[in-house]
Amino acid sequence: MTTAALSVDGLWKIFGPRSDRVIGTPDAELSRADLKAKTGNVVGVKDVSFDVAPGEVFVVMGLSGSGKSTLVRLLTRLIEPTSGSVTLNGEEITAASESKLREIRRHQVSMVFQHFGLLPHRQVIDNVAYGLEVRGVGKKERRAKAGEIVDLVGLTGYEKSYPDQLSGGMQQRVGLARALAGDPEMLLFDEPFSALDPLIRRDMQNEVIRLHRELGKTMVFITHDLSEALKLGDRILIMRDGAIVQIGSPDEVVARPADDYVKDFVSEVPKSHVLTLKWVMREPRPGESLEGPALPVTTIVRQAARAAIASEHPIRVVDGDELLGVVDEEDIMRVVVAEEES
Amino acid sequence: MTTTAPAPAVRKPVEPGAEPPPPERSSVSRWIPAAVVIGVWIVAYLLLEGTDTLALPGVARTDLHDRLTEFNNDLLASRDTNPVMQFTNSISDLLRSLFEWVQRMIVVPNPPRPVPEIGWLGVVAIATYIGLAIANWRIAVLVCLSFLSFGVLGYWQDSLDLLIVTGISVAIVIVLGMPLAVLVGTSTRANRAITVVLDLMQTMPTFVYLLPVVLFFGIGVSAAVVSTMIYALPPLVRIAGFGIREVPTATIEATDSAGQTYWQRLFKVQLPMARKTIIVGLNQTTLAALSMATLAAFVNGPGLGKPVLAGLRINDVGAAFVPGVLIVVMAVMLDRTTTAASERSEKVARGGGGNVRQRRVLLAVGGVGTLVAVYLSRTYIGLAEFPVYTIGDRIATWVNDVMDWVTSTFGGITGAFKDLVTTWLLNPMQSLIADSPWYVSFVAIAALAFVFGGARALVSSLVCLTGIWFFDLWHDAMITLTMTLVATVLVMVLALVFGVWMARDRKVDLGIRPLLDAGQTIPPFVYLIPVLALFGPSRFTAIVAGVVYAAPAAIKLVADGVKGVSPTTIEAGRSTGQTTWQEITKVQLPMAKGSLVLATNQGLLYVLSMTVIGGLVGAGALGYDVVYGFSRSEAWGKGLAAGITIVLLGVMLDRITRAAADVRRDDGPGPRRAFHTRLPIGFPGDRKVVET
Repeated sequence: MTTAALSVDGLWKIFGPRSDRVIGTPDAELSRADLKAKTGNVVGVKDVSFDVAPGEVFVVMGLSGSGKSTLVRLLTRLIEPTSGSVTLNGEEITAASESKLREIRRHQVSMVFQHFGLLPHRQVIDNVAYGLEVRGVGKKERRAKAGEIVDLVGLTGYEKSYPDQLSGGMQQRVGLARALAGDPEMLLFDEPFSALDPLIRRDMQNEVIRLHRELGKTMVFITHDLSEALKLGDRILIMRDGAIVQIGSPDEVVARPADDYVKDFVSEVPKSHVLTLKWVMREPRPGESLEGPALPVTTIVRQAARAAIASEHPIRVVDGDELLGVVDEEDIMRVVVAEEES
Repeated sequence: MTTTAPAPAVRKPVEPGAEPPPPERSSVSRWIPAAVVIGVWIVAYLLLEGTDTLALPGVARTDLHDRLTEFNNDLLASRDTNPVMQFTNSISDLLRSLFEWVQRMIVVPNPPRPVPEIGWLGVVAIATYIGLAIANWRIAVLVCLSFLSFGVLGYWQDSLDLLIVTGISVAIVIVLGMPLAVLVGTSTRANRAITVVLDLMQTMPTFVYLLPVVLFFGIGVSAAVVSTMIYALPPLVRIAGFGIREVPTATIEATDSAGQTYWQRLFKVQLPMARKTIIVGLNQTTLAALSMATLAAFVNGPGLGKPVLAGLRINDVGAAFVPGVLIVVMAVMLDRTTTAASERSEKVARGGGGNVRQRRVLLAVGGVGTLVAVYLSRTYIGLAEFPVYTIGDRIATWVNDVMDWVTSTFGGITGAFKDLVTTWLLNPMQSLIADSPWYVSFVAIAALAFVFGGARALVSSLVCLTGIWFFDLWHDAMITLTMTLVATVLVMVLALVFGVWMARDRKVDLGIRPLLDAGQTIPPFVYLIPVLALFGPSRFTAIVAGVVYAAPAAIKLVADGVKGVSPTTIEAGRSTGQTTWQEITKVQLPMAKGSLVLATNQGLLYVLSMTVIGGLVGAGALGYDVVYGFSRSEAWGKGLAAGITIVLLGVMLDRITRAAADVRRDDGPGPRRAFHTRLPIGFPGDRKVVET
């Protein structure tokens, strides 16, 4: 993929003394605990490679300590990688000079943080305008631009407030606005909604979906919450102990977990809400009726259920004009019932 | 206690299913070997009493002392050729002319004018306006009244001189200290290196660097400014550096990811976010500067310290009282003003601060008023020279009368108390420590250091004791050590009683804490006045002065430590049906042991730093040697040797108590960390800033 917005290749981060000596030796293959015992080094990120397409929402998911937050910081070198490369729009970030890196941070990529990281001594509008300010944009211009973004994230009227006068959800909207103000091509989210109440979290997730639809930015989204990952992600990368366990679309991850770790993870997920017809369709049996309604292969099982019940014939699963297979009431019930039993 | 104390956070948790950890070697209580050492010491004392004590009569000197004096004379003689001396002399000249220039502006006649450029009315108006501008109208009133009291009580010039010395020192400290603070706050390595130096500067009793400062900068204004600077620099660097370091990583990362430069990060994020802490540092620095500038009267520094010192020297309590009160007034004024300025700046930075337009009008009107006052004070001589009132003298006489009455009425009680402590505590200990042969005390002290602090403490104490022996003031050093220990015991008794009481009763805490804060704001000089009045010049007076000086800090440390014990643990203890006494002795105090050790450490150093001041009021020993060294040029070497000996004693006591704290295995990281963020004087009302 030469057109990737972001391309990560062989990325490593090892914390500790003389960490660069570990990579390429047999030690690198040791488990985390063994390496720590042997050399005193801790692996943060272990040989990670992936590409993110322009406009994609790419979710990195894992439990705490899995290295996901380290990974997102390596992307803009908030933490220096030990080895490997990160390429953003053809620009190799890992090889960039200090000033080039600053340019990239100012114009191409911005980040939203779990604990907001707002400046308590600045009003909302000046927090949002901070990125523009460090680039040297004049006061009037940056305030005008920041004002637009404040409206966009739904904070109209709060421009003159100070961060500690706002609720957590609103503070994170400020964080979001700050990231958007510089009009970057890519947004990085580091567990942005983990510190928020469930209801507010849902609002904010919908907000991100809306903004993505309206602005079409490429997003890399870190989370430890599987339902959030499934809801937002075009593709999901699952990490464990610093290494990749699986990369795939939400339905792939749920339907074909790469190992027991992922399987355990997705076992609680209501499959009918995630799986598409692709994962339940089958070859038509000989003599089976092909007169039922046609549904595209990307339809979620749950949405196909009503049509399947209403129709006497099996549903035809199509990709455009091509017939891929059929699904009947029983196939769909099997997914739903399996869920109940598990 | 091991049954109630929770596992410290530092110890590694055991994985479920793993082998149980090996039982820790149960160490014998350190008090048993300590008792053995002391027993042997007492036996040796009884056998060898009075031999080889290395006692040196009050005015006698040794060759070493004379060599030091000669060295001093040689340096002074070479002041025109030695580049270091030339350098320090030029700085000295610069400081003096700066001081004199400011003086001509606001307090002494500026020829050809018979009066200063700005007369008293103008000065009061400007000061009041500054109070209004950086804080609020209440502070402005406080400032105005304080300034008027300086004049009305008859110490206008001394007060302003003291303020000028303090002001110049603080200004220089800010210029030198802020870059250092930024280094401390942003670089781990610089932080470590600078902290070592600051620790050293703060372990040193305030008086000790006066001697070398005088050597290089001469007596008078410049020595006062330089020593004040040295004393006032550490709090700013430490506290401001701490504030900068504690800016949340989340904010730094978030703003870094916007692509800011180093300077943008510093000026737009780190400094604004640390603003409140920086101003607290400034507050501490100002008060430290004031207290040192007062003490600089010893080296002929200008200001209110002079009349206090003069009064103390001739045992005239009344004469020392009025300037003493004015020092307190000035301390309170500076403390309140900087604190209020800090609060206001924080409020403004977060959008508070009231009606902006109304404030602008107020400031504009105030500004015009100030200008008018300045003009008037330049025009009318009565508004330029502060009128003379006799009220100050009358107060002094009245105080002397009251003191006479108090001493004649309560003299019996205070005398009895004094005799009690002297006979039963001070004399026996002094006999044991100072009248044993020097080698016996040497070995015994080193052995005790080993018992309490392990090998590290042993090494430091061997080095320090050898140094003390080398400087030929062994006997005096042992007497001073005795007084320091006795005073520290009294400090700890007070600290335990009041600390536990404050920790257990919120109302008591609310009542006592402001008094302690005030006590820490007052320059140590001032304590001596009432203590001297009550007890007359003696060793005991010096001890009481040391106790009064050290107690507030120790009480606060103990109170905070006991208060820091987790309520869950206390509830758990209560649910087993323990009595209050058991709760205190078996739960609260053992769990607060880290704070107790820290309080002891601070108590020792505070008390020791009063040694020289105690020398003024009959403490004898090292304090007297230093004072004598100041007053006689032929004894300069002995004074220096005494100063160095005090430092060695301080370093030794500091190392032993620190090592004792580290040897303890069951205290969490909290109190020990406090050693590294230690502050020289109290941190009014906000200690947790340092410890968290």
